[in-house]
Formats: sequence, C-alpha cells, structure tokens
Amino acid sequence: MTNTHDTRREMPLGLAQCGYTGVIQHLSAKDAGSALSDIELESRLIELGFVEGARVEILHEGLVGRDPIAVRVDNITIAVRRREAMAIIVA
Amino acid sequence: MELPLLHLALVGTPNSGKTSLFNALTGSRQKVANYPGVTVERKEGFFVTPQGRQVSVVDLPGTYSLRGRSPDEEITRDFVLGKASGETVPDLVLCVADSTNLRLTIRLLLELKRTGRPMILVLNMFDIASRRGISVDVERLAKELGVPVVTSIAVRKGGTADLLALTDEISAKLAAEPAENTWRALSVSELRATQREADRIISDCVSLPSRPDTWTARVDAIVLHPVGGLIVLALILFVMFQAVFAWAQPLMELLQSGFDALGDLVHATLPDGLVQSFLQNGVISGVGSVIVFLPQIIIIFLFILLLEDFGYMARAAFLMDRIMGGAGLHGRAFIPLLSSFACAIPGIMATRVIDNKRDRLTTILIAPLMTCSARIPVYTLIISAFIPAKDVWGFINLQGLVMFGLYATGIVSALAVSFLIKFFMLRDYAPAPFMLELPDYKMPRLKSIAIGIFTRAKMFLQRAGTTIFSMMVLIWFLASFPQPPAGATEPAIDFSLAAIIGKALEPLLAPVGFNWQIAVALIPGMAAREVAVAALGTVYAIEGGKEAAEQIGQVLATKWSLATALSMLAWYIFAPQCASTLAVIRRETGSWGWMAATFAYMLVLAYAASLLTYNVAVALGAG
Repeated sequence: MTNTHDTRREMPLGLAQCGYTGVIQHLSAKDAGSALSDIELESRLIELGFVEGARVEILHEGLVGRDPIAVRVDNITIAVRRREAMAIIVA
Repeated sequence: MELPLLHLALVGTPNSGKTSLFNALTGSRQKVANYPGVTVERKEGFFVTPQGRQVSVVDLPGTYSLRGRSPDEEITRDFVLGKASGETVPDLVLCVADSTNLRLTIRLLLELKRTGRPMILVLNMFDIASRRGISVDVERLAKELGVPVVTSIAVRKGGTADLLALTDEISAKLAAEPAENTWRALSVSELRATQREADRIISDCVSLPSRPDTWTARVDAIVLHPVGGLIVLALILFVMFQAVFAWAQPLMELLQSGFDALGDLVHATLPDGLVQSFLQNGVISGVGSVIVFLPQIIIIFLFILLLEDFGYMARAAFLMDRIMGGAGLHGRAFIPLLSSFACAIPGIMATRVIDNKRDRLTTILIAPLMTCSARIPVYTLIISAFIPAKDVWGFINLQGLVMFGLYATGIVSALAVSFLIKFFMLRDYAPAPFMLELPDYKMPRLKSIAIGIFTRAKMFLQRAGTTIFSMMVLIWFLASFPQPPAGATEPAIDFSLAAIIGKALEPLLAPVGFNWQIAVALIPGMAAREVAVAALGTVYAIEGGKEAAEQIGQVLATKWSLATALSMLAWYIFAPQCASTLAVIRRETGSWGWMAATFAYMLVLAYAASLLTYNVAVALGAG
C-alpha cells in the first residue's frame, strides 16, 4: 500500500497545506524545535496515534498563521501546532 | 451470605465515554472529593449487581498511557498499581473504549495488562459504532487480548446489562492473588511496538467502514472554518449570556415572590422583636436573595455541560489557540477559563490539563477575572435596578447588553493581564505544545447533563446553607447590635457595629463612590461574592424598618446614584472577593506568594477601575 507513496518526496507534516493527504514515514523529533524533549515529543505523538504507516490528512487549519492544524490520523482527529507537526515526516 | 464490597476502577482515554458509563452505572449515588494531598477530583459511585454484590466504582482521570505526565495521570497510574495512598487496590479494572475509536485504547489496554490487575475491556458507545458500519469480532478480540470484552451502550436503559452480568461472573472467581505486576514505564520503541501490536489486533478483529463520520465532517466544515468558526464561537457565547439573563427571569421572580411571601408570613405570625427580625431579615431575606440565583447558575452550567458533552470544547480550544497565544495563553487554557465563567474554583482546578508550569500559572492568575456565576447576583441586582429594560436596535435587550459588556471587560482584562505577565515576568518562554484530540460529535446525554447540573446545584445550595447562612447571621448580628437607646430617632442600624465598621472604612471607599452600607457588605462578600447582595439586603432591610418587605433592587435605586452603581459593577469585575478562590490558588500553585500576588493585583485593578468609572460617571452628570 505504501508503494504509491514511494515516489513522493518526504516532507514534514508541519509544512503541508490544508487538504494534504499522506502516510507517516517516520518521526524525527530533533528537527521540530518543540519546547518538549525529543523523547517526550515522540512519545506523545505515538500516544496520539502518529505511528509509521498511519494515514494522515490535514482537515482544518487555524486563522492566525494557518496554525494549529486538525489532522485526521486513521480514524481520529488530532489538533497539533505546526511546530510539533514538523516532527512527523510524511510522504 | 453477605458478599464483600467489590472495588472497580474505570480507566480510559479522554473522550472514551468513561464518565457517561460511570453515570449509567451509579446514577446519582456519587461522592465527589479530592485525593489526599493533591487536588485531583476523586469521583466514586456505588451500585449493586444483579447477583447482589455491593460495588464501589472510581472514575479515574482520563489518560493515554501510564507514564503519568500530569498530576491527574499520576493518580490513574498509582491507583491502578495500588500505590495511591489511602486507596484500596481495585479488584477489577474496567478499561473503557470508545468503540468508534479503538486504536489508542487498545494500546493503553496492552500497557495496563502488564500491571497484572484483573481487567475487562468495555466497548462503549457500541450503538454508534454499529450505526457507522464498524463491526467488531468481540470473541476474537477477547482471545487476542487475553482479556474479557463486553459491549455497552451507557446512554441506553439496560445498555450496561452485559457488563453487570460479566462483572458478577468474573468477581465470583477472582483469584485471591492476582498476577504479578511487570509494568514499568515504556521506552519510545516499546511504545511504538505496543501501538503496532494494537493496530495488528484491530486489523484482525475490527472491520472499519470506508466512510468516516460524515456528520462530524460536515459540522466541522463550518465550526472549524478559520473565520466562520470564530463567528460561531462568538454567537454561542452571546446566546449563552442572553439566555442566562432572559430565560432565568420568570423562575427568579417566582422564587423571589416565594421568599417574600415567606418573609411576610413570618412577619405576620411572630411578635415584633429580635426573633422576628432575625428570621425575616437575617435568614429569609439573606439566604433567599442568594438562592434566587439558582436558575441562572443552572443555565450557565447547562450550556457548559452541553458544549462539553457535544464535543465542542476541544474545537473552541483549537480555534482560540493562536489567538490566545497572542496574549501569551495556551489553547488548552480556553476550557479552564470557560469553566471559570461558572466558578473560578473548578476552572483553576481544570488548569491541570495544561502540563507546562508557566502556562498553567498564567491561567490560574487570570481565571478569577472571568465572570463567575457568583457575580451574577450582584450584576443582576444592580443592572435591573439601574439599567432600563428597553431594546436597542430593535432586538437586543439593553440589560443583556450591559451584562455582555461586563463579561467582555473581564475577558479583555484577563487577556491584557496575561500579556503583561508573559511580557514582564516570563520572558524566556518557549511555547508549550498544543496537542488535543478532537472527538467526533455526540448527542449530549440528557442523564449525564442532568446529573452534572444536579451535582452543581447541590454544591451551590450547600454553600447557601452553610457559608452564606453563617455570614448572614453574622451580618444580621452586626447590623442589629448594639440596639439603639430608648427614644432614638435615627434608624436603629446607625447605632450598630456594622455602621461603626462601615463608617470606619468609608473614607477609603468614598473616592470610588461607595457608602458605608456597601463597605459593610463587601466584608462578608469576601467569603463569597454573592453574599454582598444578601448583606446589602439585610443592612437595608434593618435600616428600612417597615418597608423591609420591599425588594432590595428598588431600595438601591433610591439610595444609590447611577455613578455609585456603575462603580460597584466595575469593582466586581476585578475585586478578589472570594476567599475560596484564593484558597484554591494557594493550593494549586503551592505558594502563598502567588495567592498574595493575585489578591493584590486584583484589588489594585478593582480600585482603579471603580475610581475611573465613578469619576467619569460623575463628570457626565450621573452622580
């Protein structure tokens, strides 16, 4: 199922436009610049369902700075700021 | 044979419907308290199983894992592990899952299993899942997880029958010694592996429909629209405040005339004298003038509980995150601040969802500026006495508009204070993350709402019955003694202790237009804001003598200038007139210093605002 995505370039979810759909490739907390430690950020993202292979779609974004974003992760919706979403590498 | 009390614990992720299941199991047989040493709300309820087992069930704070990131989550972890001080280890853990959203709960369950506690997985909201075309192979799921699984529909009558039967069946054969606890905090890779395992089990046992919940998507298209969403939010808040003012009116008038009639009855039955004065002026008019506000408090809690149950609160946090971020607040602060409209105490306690200490502290400091329900009596009284009930622009009630203005001033000031705190005190600040599940919309559960409102109304009435009652007795005493000498021509109250205290404070408060009667009312108002209304009622009732049955609002309209009334409104937006709030701030921040800081800054703001309001009003000819 990931075959269709192999050709797409990897990018952080934090840079994606509203309406973007993709699959999580890996998590990379150290590039996110979050106030949380890498381990803490990664743990929290996993606890909210952001694991490799999960399908994501950006459903909504906020007014100011198009932030935060509402992301569909498989069948639940999670609100995150773009800063933390930088740790989620999608393609 | 009498069976021993069975201890159950409800564990689940936020939004799993844990609380509605708790309400369905226990009804109104609930006890709300705090865990020893921490201010986490402890909800325990009781019920009897079909086989006659007495069961105590504790609704633990929602959590995604046992890592214990916040005080709430630590309680859940320690409780399940049997490490919570003074708590019984649960005989059986009910892990509650939203059937439409199993991923996160199944991972939590796999982690919980390591604690070795006997456990049942409860697939709650099973009706919604079925309606959406989600089918679960319950038997296979139970086999894969190694845990009994049962479906439930907490909101339907009899929807928990299977759960009750299974509870009986399992508790009958509970081993004396449960399995060993092998739980320890999971590393990132273990966490990932657990989620993978959960996903594998789900793909084996659950078939998901291809279509998502279209209803939620359609509502969110409007409600989460960058601009439209904010308009909807503003409309909801506006309707809420108009409702508090307009809908409650008939009921309040009914209550008021009830208390008036009771007062008259006492006046007519008892001989003139101290006992009559105590019952009529101290007890009935005092406590009555506070209980009259019960309808408004019920309406505001109705709105807050409805929005919470519907799933809107998380959306409001999403919409407000960056906007509040501009004022230095975290999006998660929105829910505590909105709760503070009901009462700052639950609001401040709800700041525990904010895991960053600085964000939390800022939220705690400004929460008391949100217009709590205890201010409603004061606002309503003054507004209805001084602001004409006419319509502006044809459809907006002027009184409602002033009320809205008072709320808005509170909000704007709170944001300004927060901005100043961030700017001057917490400059080296990195914004804490905002991560929140936006649950699918659900029809609010009437029974849950009813229980929620009942609990709050009970708390309010208990306060009226204890704190407020004792304050009223004190005020009546101060206003009645010493008695005037024989042959005195002035009103009796001029000779009382209350007048002596009030007149001593008057010079301090004269610049803001307060007379000594207000000074007297402000002192017991420290115990609870709404007491000030009752205290004014008592002071003027005793002073007024024969016209005591007259409504307090009419009395004020004749005794105060408009400038004084407006100054009083301004005072109440800011004044730290609530000892319980200060006590909660002390407890939640663990510091007397922050409590003192809150008290001081609010007092300064109150005095400045009143001074400004009074002088501007006088200059405009309202003195």
